[in-house]
Amino acid sequence: MRIFDPHIHMTSRTTDDYAAMHAAGVRALVEPSFWVGQPRTSPETFVDYFDGLVGWEPFRADQFGIRHHCTIGLNPKEANDPRCREVLDILPRYLAKDGVVAVGELGYDAMTDAEEEVFTAQLDLAREHELPVLVHTPHRDKVAGTRRSLDVVAASGIPPHHVVIDHLNEVTVDLVADSGCWMGFSLYPDTKMDEDRMVTLLREYGTERMLINSAADWGKSDPLKTARAGAAMLAAGFDHNDVDTVLWRNPVAFYERSGKLVLDATDTVEQGATFAGNSVLRGARPGS
Amino acid sequence: MTTNPAILHLLLTSRLSVTAMNWLTTALDRIAADHTTIRALFPTVGRHCGREGLLGAPDAHETSELHRWSVDDAARTLMLAALPLSRAELGTEVAALYRYGDAAEKRGVLRGLGSLDSTEELDERALPLVHDGLRTNDTRIITAAMAAYGARRLDQAAYRQGVLKCVFLGIPLSDIDGLDARGDAELVRMLTDYARERRAAGRDVPADVWRVVDPNELSRET
Ligand SMILES: [Zn+2]
Repeated sequence: MRIFDPHIHMTSRTTDDYAAMHAAGVRALVEPSFWVGQPRTSPETFVDYFDGLVGWEPFRADQFGIRHHCTIGLNPKEANDPRCREVLDILPRYLAKDGVVAVGELGYDAMTDAEEEVFTAQLDLAREHELPVLVHTPHRDKVAGTRRSLDVVAASGIPPHHVVIDHLNEVTVDLVADSGCWMGFSLYPDTKMDEDRMVTLLREYGTERMLINSAADWGKSDPLKTARAGAAMLAAGFDHNDVDTVLWRNPVAFYERSGKLVLDATDTVEQGATFAGNSVLRGARPGS
Repeated sequence: MTTNPAILHLLLTSRLSVTAMNWLTTALDRIAADHTTIRALFPTVGRHCGREGLLGAPDAHETSELHRWSVDDAARTLMLAALPLSRAELGTEVAALYRYGDAAEKRGVLRGLGSLDSTEELDERALPLVHDGLRTNDTRIITAAMAAYGARRLDQAAYRQGVLKCVFLGIPLSDIDGLDARGDAELVRMLTDYARERRAAGRDVPADVWRVVDPNELSRET
């Protein structure tokens, strides 16, 4: 089973996670920029965070034979802090980078005017830079938030098939299926979706435009949820081709629109082998 | 050792497709006419020129100083060399390219500094970039920081620490510049201590370190 996790926050994960993900079949992933738990208070800390997403984190992923890409954006929660607004001015610099395959995560958190302004401004940037868009849907008031996100996307003039609406569930999937946007599902241990409910939705809606991710981050989450979803699909009677469509070909097709997806050469990296004089893979590295 | 832009240009001509070479030629012309165009061109080099090794199969050319270079490193070096700027202005532009660059761009800047250094125009203005690179844990960036410019401009203490950091991170000594000219007794002492510490922990000492360290020194008490 080859797996592309289209949404996972590796900055918050350990090297054990990388090793387990590779063993489970993960060969590529996209790390969306998002909030990091602790609110940030200035654009400079975003610069360092973005630098990590196009620098250190891809390097770390490489050591484990996993190809790392990212999305760049000002997330809805921090869009509400006026001190972070200048982040919008530095985004174009990052949207031009090789590893940046979409704008995101965008969308709503508390559905404020500030969130809408920042969301709209970044949809304009996505159009200018010809990049796909990753839209986060809110945890609270999800149906209204999803509907409003779809309206804003439609008004932007960006074609729906360049947009994924993420964190969907049974009550929001219909809205997005009808819109023509891609449908993203985050499988979480307790909240959001689980693999059995996911299988039920795949039976009902098919595999087209469907993306499954772990959205693993600093909260209680599981970076192997994509693999578990694949296993649940097989157990429920889907064939390997269906699994490959959902877990590999769909995310590749979606992010390939950026023209910047690089998927070669990672399979040749052996666990435990030295790779480009790696430092991360080396286990006990005393005090260096 | 300095990296001669004419040689890089020749190697690129043989490695790149006609389309990629045309793109690069146009890019170099644009940069020579207006230095600000480098800011948008620099991040896109990998997409246009590719990212493979400049010399093809790496082990066939282990002895060449260019065996760690990729074609995008070489193309970025030519771009830096094409900048119609000097001294403080050159330093400022190069520093901004590094500051706002992703890992490949940072590596390209650090490697490219070597050919800018041949004119003395840059002087020590880019030394802070080398120090920044050496503070990372990214072996590609650290190796590039220890290329021609860093090897020539770092003070002796920083150069020794750079070499030791490379050894700790498994970067072959053959990948870094200046060892013949700058290796001194203190560096040998540091590497000998490193080898002794590895031995005490029951771990291997990298083969290239034995070329610098005398095994007989290890049994001697300190
Ligand atoms: Zn997320």
